[in-house]
Amino acid sequence: MSERVIELAGITKDYGAGDARTRVLRGIDLTLDAGELAALIGPSGSGKSTLLNLVGLLDRPTEGKVCVRGRDTVALGDDDRTRLRAQTLGFVFQFHHLLPALSALENTRMPLVMSTGRVERWMDERALALLDRVGLSPRARARASTLSGGEQQRVAIARALAMRPPLVLADEPTGNLDTETSARVFALLREINRDEGTAFLIVTHDPSIAAQCERVIELVDGLVRSDTRR
Amino acid sequence: MQAEWYLALRFLREGRAQSALIIIGAATGIAVMVFITALITGLQETIIERTLGTQAHIVVRPPDEIVRELLAARSPGVVVASRIEEPAQRVQSIDQWQRVDRQLSRLPGVVAVSPMASGSAFAVRGNASRSVAVIGIDAERHDARVPIQDHLVEGRYSLAGTDVLIGTELADDLGVVLGGRVRVGTAEGRAQIFTVRGIFDLGIQDLNARWVVVSLRNAQTLLDLVGGASSIELKVTDVFEADAVADRIEERTGLDAESWMERNAELMVALRSQSASSTIIVVFVMIAVAMGIASVLIVSVVQRSRQIGILRAMGAPRGRVLRIFLIQGGVVGVAGAILGSAIGAGLAQLFTALIRDAEGEPLFPVALDAALFASTLLIATVTGLASAFLPARHASRLDPAVAIRHE
Repeated sequence: MSERVIELAGITKDYGAGDARTRVLRGIDLTLDAGELAALIGPSGSGKSTLLNLVGLLDRPTEGKVCVRGRDTVALGDDDRTRLRAQTLGFVFQFHHLLPALSALENTRMPLVMSTGRVERWMDERALALLDRVGLSPRARARASTLSGGEQQRVAIARALAMRPPLVLADEPTGNLDTETSARVFALLREINRDEGTAFLIVTHDPSIAAQCERVIELVDGLVRSDTRR
Repeated sequence: MQAEWYLALRFLREGRAQSALIIIGAATGIAVMVFITALITGLQETIIERTLGTQAHIVVRPPDEIVRELLAARSPGVVVASRIEEPAQRVQSIDQWQRVDRQLSRLPGVVAVSPMASGSAFAVRGNASRSVAVIGIDAERHDARVPIQDHLVEGRYSLAGTDVLIGTELADDLGVVLGGRVRVGTAEGRAQIFTVRGIFDLGIQDLNARWVVVSLRNAQTLLDLVGGASSIELKVTDVFEADAVADRIEERTGLDAESWMERNAELMVALRSQSASSTIIVVFVMIAVAMGIASVLIVSVVQRSRQIGILRAMGAPRGRVLRIFLIQGGVVGVAGAILGSAIGAGLAQLFTALIRDAEGEPLFPVALDAALFASTLLIATVTGLASAFLPARHASRLDPAVAIRHE
């Protein structure tokens, strides 16, 4: 039986206060296991990004429980959540969000640097292996700002894997790429999922990407409308 | 390398132009601070040096003589009318001055102690006579007031037998040269003939015209103070501690101890006002520097909001983000201090080299020492850290989810 990485129970999330209060998530129950490749789809405003932020411990729910590897995180302090996030979760964003002045290698090792508080030689070796994994080792010393969109997204994927997290959260990872590059990037995610057992929760508007995922979770008006496994 | 240092330096390098501008801004302020402090300190040191060039740091004397009331009302209802006149102050010796001398020598902070017998007299040569101050000293020990041997322009430093040292003005007034004889007599009729062994120039006309320096023994005889000393003069390690040392002496000995600060109260007020005005200038300059650093770092935090959000998402605790920006402020402060100190010191040297008096001596001496640079470095670093605190706190409190969405 696969390890349960994430468990959400009775999650609601409100923004604003008083009359201006808006309920974005209205009672979400969801689990994610190690090794899953899941797509999170839904129309704009359905609460996908909010849900991703809650799973990624970047935000706290108004009500409900967010358990990471069986540990309830809602009551944890900021530093504990940060530590747990660094150990358990990787992030890939639509606009990659690399630090432009740093090289591909420096960007890739950044989670190791941030979580340990030190810059050490072994981190370069790990980052180089990851860049090799995403086919970018020849560009390891290039500044992030000089890389193409597809290359930057591959560096972001390598960076998300630096801490060997069991789950990577990807917010529209191909949303900013052309069709061909998009297909290559998704193929890379699938390959990592298959070869290394890393689970992915991918927020996407692209039906072709969702169609290739083994699980599709559809969110509508802050509720899970469907959760389909193939 | 620490992660905080690594990223702080990378951020500063990334915004090279911005970093250079703020370092130059800080350096300019710090250069002004170094220059003004060096100039004011130099001026004050010169003024104090000139003032203390001919004065002891502390002079210990017997207490003033007072009159005791002899006729007092002895029974109720009896009224005694009396008029008490202040007594004339005689030249008198400090009671058991040798014991006091030893006691003062052992006081902490005291570097030299010199007994002295001094009083008024007349110096006569032929038809010329001048009112003078007889200064009787122990030739070996008289470095508490002024090392006269350093100011000799003619002759040698000798007070043996009936040798005397006089100032250039008095030598001119009496028309006496080295080896010449001068009669020194007091109003009470005691007199002695001395041989001029040295002529000094203390740089102060009045002293050159009035001082007649003789051996302690000769002065004791002339002033009718046989075996006595009318005062004891002291030199202390820290001239600004003279007041405190004088108070301690009064407490322990019951004698009057007067510091140079008490004797020059007006000068002290002027020096304090000067220090206060330079401190105010320095404070305002440092406020301007702090605001410059803070504004640049605030812009940097806003510009990097998304990057900060990403770093937080990748596992950077709040404290680490806080330190990244604090270090940037500190580095700007240190770099500004180094550059500013160099510019300030250069300006001060240039000022000294260009502005000179008729004798070619610097008109405005400057005091550039290690303590000034160390305090500048400390003040600039603290200013850098303090000015970075608010931007750094703002950065550390950014909500990563919001920061990542920041446009």
